Amino acid sequence: MDWGTTISTTIAALLTLAVFSFLYRDNPFYKIAEHLVVGVSAGYWMLILYHQTLKQKAIEKIFTDHQWWYVVPLVLGIMMLTRLVPKWSWVSRYPLAIVIGIGAGVAIPLEMKAKVIEQLNGTVDIVSQMHDPRSTLVTGINGVIVIAGIMTSLVYFFFSKEHKGATGFLARIGIAVLMVGFGASFGFTVMARVALLIQRLQFLIYDWLHWT
Amino acid sequence: MSIWEKMFALDRRWVFLVLVVALLVSLKIPFRVSVPISNEARSIHDFVDHLKPGDVIHLAMDYDPAAMAELQPMMLAVLKQCFEKDIKIVMTALHQYGPALAAATIDTAIARHEARTGVRKKSGIDYAYLGYQPYAILIILGMGQNYRIPFPRDYYGVPLDSLPMMAHIQNFRDVKAVLNISSTNATDFWIAYGNGRYGVPLAIGVTGVMTPEYYPYLQTGQIFGILGGLKGAAEYETLVGTPGPAVDGMKGQIVAHAVIILFIIIGNIGYFAVRRGKSARAT
Repeated sequence: MDWGTTISTTIAALLTLAVFSFLYRDNPFYKIAEHLVVGVSAGYWMLILYHQTLKQKAIEKIFTDHQWWYVVPLVLGIMMLTRLVPKWSWVSRYPLAIVIGIGAGVAIPLEMKAKVIEQLNGTVDIVSQMHDPRSTLVTGINGVIVIAGIMTSLVYFFFSKEHKGATGFLARIGIAVLMVGFGASFGFTVMARVALLIQRLQFLIYDWLHWT
Repeated sequence: MSIWEKMFALDRRWVFLVLVVALLVSLKIPFRVSVPISNEARSIHDFVDHLKPGDVIHLAMDYDPAAMAELQPMMLAVLKQCFEKDIKIVMTALHQYGPALAAATIDTAIARHEARTGVRKKSGIDYAYLGYQPYAILIILGMGQNYRIPFPRDYYGVPLDSLPMMAHIQNFRDVKAVLNISSTNATDFWIAYGNGRYGVPLAIGVTGVMTPEYYPYLQTGQIFGILGGLKGAAEYETLVGTPGPAVDGMKGQIVAHAVIILFIIIGNIGYFAVRRGKSARAT
C-alpha cells in the first residue's frame, strides 16, 4: 500500500474513533470530527452546485451560448438571496411564490395519486383477490388480516366517539396492529444502526489494521 | 443497590462495549450465515437477468457516504450483474453529497469487472453517468421528458448528444426500468413522479430504517421489488454469486441482535424485579 493511501486511511480511522468516543461522553475529539463533517459537506455542496448548476445552467447558457432568456431564472435566484437583507427581504416573496405555486401544482395531483388513490386501490384489490377462485387459503387469511388491521387501526384514530365498548375493543386491536408495525420499523432500525457499526469495524480491522 | 436495581440501571456504555467486542469477535470467527432470498429481492434480480444485452436500465444512486454501509454493497452487486449481462446503464445521483461517491462506485465496479473478465466498460458506450442536479422532483420530471433537459452534459462535462449510447435514449420510455438505491426521500419522488407520472417500472433499494415505509408500494405494484438494508444487500450479493461485505455483515447482525435481545431481557427482568420490590415494600 502506498503512503498516500496509508495516511488517508489512518486519518479516516482516527476520525472514526473520534466519532465513537462520543459513546463514552461528549469530548473535543468528537467535536472536531463533527465540525469537520459539517464544514466539508457544506464546501463540497457549494462546489457541486457551482459546477453542475450555476456554471452549466446560467453562466455558460448566457455568456457562451448567448441564450439571454436564462437571465430570468438567474435574476429570480438572486432575488431569493434578498432574504439575507431584512430591508429588502420582501423581494424574495416573488420567486418564492413562483416556486411554491409550481411546486404545489405539480405535487398535489401526483402525490395524491401515488400515496392515497393507489393505496386505496391496493386495499380494494385485496378484497378482489380474496374473491378470485385461483386464490389460496393463505391469500385469503392474509387478506382478512390486512383488512382487519386497516379497519381497526382507523378506528383507533377515530376520536369523534369515545373508545368504549365495541369501539374501545376495536381500537385496542388497532393499537396492537400499530405496535406490530412499529416493532417492524424498530427491528429494521436496529439492523440499520448495527450495519453502520459493522461497516466501520470492518474498515478499522480490515482496511486500517489489516487484521485478517 | 440490589442486583436487580443494578440490572435495571445498567450504564449504557457497558452495552456499547459488549456490543463492539461481540461484533469484533463475530467478524473474526469464521462461520457462515445462510441468506434466505425474499421474493422482493428475487424479482429485481430476475427482472435484470431477463433483460437482453444492449437494453438500458436507469440506476438512480441517491445516497451519501453516511448510508454507504447498507447501500454500497447493493449498488456494486447490481452493477456487477448489469456489466455481466451487457446491460447499458444511465446513472444519476440526486443526493447533494453523492455525486463523487457515485463516480467512485462506478469506477470500482468497472475495475472489478475488468479484473474478472479483462473487458473494460467505457463511459458513453456502456454507461452514462449524468451526475447531480438539485430539486429531485423537477429533475425526475425533466428526465421523463428528455434526459437532456436537466442534464445537458454528463458528470464529466461531455455533452449528452456526443455520447454514443445516448443517441437512442430520450426519456424513461427508452429505459426498461429505474432502480433507485436511496437513503433519501428521493424514493418518494421516484414513486410519485417517475412511476406515477411516467409509468416507468420502478424497483428500490433503501436503508433499513426506510424499508417498512415502502412495503405498501410493493403490494400496489407501484414498485416491483425492494431491497431492504444490509439484509437486502446480502440477498443481492448472494443472488449475483459474489458474497461480499453485506453477507459478511450478516454474522455481525446475528450476534448484535442476540446481544441487544439479551440486554433487553436483562433490563426487563431488572425493571419487573424492582417494581415488585417497591410494591411489596408499599404493602
